[in-house]
Amino acid sequence: MAHRITDANGNHYAFHYKNSEHEFEASKFGVWIFLCTEILMFGGLFVGYILYSGLYPQIFEAGSQFLDWKLGALNTVVLLLSSFTIAVSIRCIQVNDQKNAFNLLLITFLCGLGFMGIKSIEYSHKFHDGLLPGKYFNYQLHHNEGHAADKAGHEDGHAAEATTHVSELPENIAMYFSFYFVMTGIHGSHVLIGMGLILWAMIRLKRGDFNANHYTFVEGAALFWHLVDLVWIYLFPLLYLV
Amino acid sequence: MSDNGHHILPLKLYITVFISLLVLTAFTVWIAQFHFGALNTFIAMLVATVKATLVALYFMHLKYDDKMNAVCLLSGVFFLVVMFAFIAIDVYTRVLQGSTL
Repeated sequence: MAHRITDANGNHYAFHYKNSEHEFEASKFGVWIFLCTEILMFGGLFVGYILYSGLYPQIFEAGSQFLDWKLGALNTVVLLLSSFTIAVSIRCIQVNDQKNAFNLLLITFLCGLGFMGIKSIEYSHKFHDGLLPGKYFNYQLHHNEGHAADKAGHEDGHAAEATTHVSELPENIAMYFSFYFVMTGIHGSHVLIGMGLILWAMIRLKRGDFNANHYTFVEGAALFWHLVDLVWIYLFPLLYLV
Repeated sequence: MSDNGHHILPLKLYITVFISLLVLTAFTVWIAQFHFGALNTFIAMLVATVKATLVALYFMHLKYDDKMNAVCLLSGVFFLVVMFAFIAIDVYTRVLQGSTL
């Protein structure tokens, strides 16, 4: 790379920095400013969600009944585990243990894959039932007598109970699913982007780009991944539990 | 400390934080089955904030970083609170006046 300086310890840095540490700290601060804009973007959605759920609690209560808190809790554990593994992976790079750092990044990537897998099970179930945002919501149309009876046979009382709710659903319940799909959708796209960054970090780690003195890219990717985890920490109780 | 001054945290600390996060997740699921009314949302957000703080301080190394990074995060949170407060004042004063939204 042009205009890169090499110091006495073999560390490289761009010419406009004092040293490699200065470059690392400046890059990290840049990532933090980006994370700040991310917080404000997700924050707008959270503000909308909290205020509307305060105004129309019956809509949000009815909507959250269609979510399986067990899948949400499982996804929470998966994301927390991935945050833990990427944090320890950076620690491995800090002590020049590139082999374990790679393995931990791989586990983080697989956790991201697992999260999206569970998410796609939830999404496809909702698509099938017509639990869709706004004008696309068509839950009643899907659930004719035969389907409900079939479902009741499979899951005994639980499904029968769910079908009795259909007639009692509040007007405009589709608003809940607008919030659900927009919030989890944007969060899911962040998971995918984070997985891409982790994959790139794994390739560069294998290439020998990173050591205890230089791992700026992995640090930035990890900070982004932790933010994705932070957003889910708030999304899970709001969407699934309240 | 490595030779370039990065703070290396003990592995035990990462494990402790991870287990605390799992315990708090179990707690938030457990407490949600009781109905305290509006207090439920408050408790859920409180537990989530404790979890988020743990992640930010230890996994994101804010506790040991240049304080400028923490200032950056908190300024984002501050303006989020400002946005929430002013929109809430607007919406709820309209509700009190009997206006429909």
